[in-house]
Amino acid sequence: MICEEYILASTVEEALAALASLRGEGRLIAGGTDLVLQLQRGERSVRCLVDITRIPGINEIKLEDSYIIIGAATTFAQIERSTLIRQRAPVLAEAASWVGSPQIRNVGTLAGNVVNAQPAADGSIALLTLDAEAEIANLTGRQWVPVASLFVSPGVSRVDASAEMITAFRFRAHGPRESSAFERQARRKALSLPLINVGVRVLLNAEGTHVRDVRICIGPVAPVPFRAQQAEAALRNHAIDEDAITEAVEAAVLESKPRSSLLRAGKEYRRELIRVLTRRALLRAIEAARG
Amino acid sequence: MAKTYPLKMNLNGKEVQVEVSASATLADVLREQLGLTGTKIGCEEGECGACTVLIDGQAVNSCIYPAMKAAGRRVLTIEGLAKNGELHPVQRAFIEHGAVQCGYCTPGMVLSAVALLGQNPHPTEDEIRRALAGNLCRCTGYIQIIEAIRDVAGRSQG
Repeated sequence: MICEEYILASTVEEALAALASLRGEGRLIAGGTDLVLQLQRGERSVRCLVDITRIPGINEIKLEDSYIIIGAATTFAQIERSTLIRQRAPVLAEAASWVGSPQIRNVGTLAGNVVNAQPAADGSIALLTLDAEAEIANLTGRQWVPVASLFVSPGVSRVDASAEMITAFRFRAHGPRESSAFERQARRKALSLPLINVGVRVLLNAEGTHVRDVRICIGPVAPVPFRAQQAEAALRNHAIDEDAITEAVEAAVLESKPRSSLLRAGKEYRRELIRVLTRRALLRAIEAARG
Repeated sequence: MAKTYPLKMNLNGKEVQVEVSASATLADVLREQLGLTGTKIGCEEGECGACTVLIDGQAVNSCIYPAMKAAGRRVLTIEGLAKNGELHPVQRAFIEHGAVQCGYCTPGMVLSAVALLGQNPHPTEDEIRRALAGNLCRCTGYIQIIEAIRDVAGRSQG
């Protein structure tokens, strides 16, 4: 690992003040499961790492009013095991259970996943599916912004980890007739980036016959985590039947732009995966929403 | 030159303090400064699990874990498992089941198994496989490893 100084911050304010005094030569570290590799490979260089994982409350999951609030340094292992998230936002619990390996999930954090800005990051796809917001803290204050607005290009997020930090995420817990699901295909079941991953959330009418609202998010089919809005439109306010589901799935295939990767999969295979995984996720979410 | 800091942790049941570089990983400190070479370095990028140690009972890859993160934590390495000259039940089961071939992955495999059994004393075979998903055995002797862990889980049941 390559850095000259290491600070364990005990408050958000202390972390931000340390970054300010380092004038761009510092960087926040949470779990470090991506960052330490980037430093070891020379892909990034920093003088000082400012560790946020000891800040009290930064790794807590709680329900406030109807919102689930997740501290920025909450690990994937905590999310995977949380009864609250498994019951009221299953897409995120399922996504967390796919990340890396047990060793990676015990250390890697949700905020790190978002700041790393990979288009198929399991945590980011799930947060997008949940319409989540992130609280960004900097020297001018704190504000909640949509997670969807944080991605610029592969590996580049709008959060400047040398000057500001994500402190928490929030989203509405699923209510009655609402549920979600996550599907993923990879070369093996651990330590393997997804060939395609899909998050789906549905809200049904009281009878469970029509889709009131829906989110369908897919990676990696664009430079940033992608929301398939045409697929959503094909289902919103429609009766749930085979035709509507097929129409939505085909719309998702058409509006996604997967790329061929020599290491992982060709775009033709990825398109077929979008077709299969979107259908599976939709059917599972609808079944769960019907209760 | 990187700064150094005094790092205090509970290592294998003993309070220790060691002066560590800001740049050191926990694996560096364990192996190079404390002489605990049972923690192996394989891929050095968090893929193979040979460097697995337990932090407060949870498995982590020590080769990508900044040493400073261990401040105030309970760290368990393979050297801390045997008590009073008696091997840990998981270690004994690995020997009985022939779960050790070249041995390089063994410390990490054993510690992942100990972490699993600490959280879930009676895991299913699927749960065992999932708990070992971050540990690679290049000799590919996985079946004996899984049988050894099933044996320990079964024994504590009865």
